[in-house]
Amino acid sequence: MTLLTTVFAAIISTVVWYRGAPKSVMQVGILCWIYWGASIMWLVDAVFEYAELHEKYFTPSPSDMLNDLYLGLSVVALGLVIWIVVLLIKDPKGVVKAALFKKKN
Amino acid sequence: MACFLVPAAEAIVTAIAAKVMKSNKKQPETVKVQLSGTDIETAEKLSFSRKLKWLSNLLWGGSALLAFEHIWHGEVVPWFPFITAAGDPAGTAQMLNEMATVGVAMAGLVTAVWIGIIAVASAAEKKAIKRPLNDSGAQ
Repeated sequence: MTLLTTVFAAIISTVVWYRGAPKSVMQVGILCWIYWGASIMWLVDAVFEYAELHEKYFTPSPSDMLNDLYLGLSVVALGLVIWIVVLLIKDPKGVVKAALFKKKN
Repeated sequence: MACFLVPAAEAIVTAIAAKVMKSNKKQPETVKVQLSGTDIETAEKLSFSRKLKWLSNLLWGGSALLAFEHIWHGEVVPWFPFITAAGDPAGTAQMLNEMATVGVAMAGLVTAVWIGIIAVASAAEKKAIKRPLNDSGAQ
C-alpha cells in the first residue's frame, strides 16, 4: 500500500512537472525525484517481501493495509514538506526575499 | 532495519562528486539544437555533473522517505545506538545482512534506472543536435 501510494504520488507529480516544463518555476521536479526514488526503493522492498511471503504478500490483513495506507499518506506529506522547504529556500520567484526585505523607495 | 543507509551513503558520495565536478567545470558547453517545431535554438549541453545530480536527487529522496518509514516502524530511534537492531549482536548481524541484500539491491536498482534515464537523455540530445546539422547540410 505504501508502494502504491508513493507510485501514484510520483505519477501525479511527473504529470504536473511535464505541464509546467521546461520553466519549472515551482520546482516540481524535486517532488518527482523524491517520489520516484522512494518508489524504486519500496519496489525492491516489496520484491524481497514477496520472496519471503509468496502469495500471502497480496492478501494483507485490513489492519496492516490501513497502517500501510496511513504510512503512505504520511510519506507523501513528508515529500511535500521537503519540496516546500526547498522551494522557499531556493525562492525562484523571489517572493520570500521580497517579503523579508521590503524595498524603500 | 537499516537498508536505507546504503542508498543514503551512495547519495552522499554522488552529491559530493557532483559538487566537485560542477566547481571544476569552467564554461557550460553550448550546442545548436532543434527542440520543437523548426526553430534552431542554442542550448546548454547536458553536463555529467548535472546527470550525477539526478542520481543524487533520486537517492536522497528515496532515502529520506525510507528513513521516515523506519522511524514509523520503530527501527530508527532518536537515542543511541539510533538503530534498534544495533543493540544486540544477533540484531546487528541481521541488520548487516539486510543492508547487504535489500540495501545494495535498492542502491543498485536506483543506479540502473538512472543509467536508463541517462541513455534516453543522451539519445534525445544526440537526435536534437544532429537534426539542425542535417538540415543545414541539406541546404
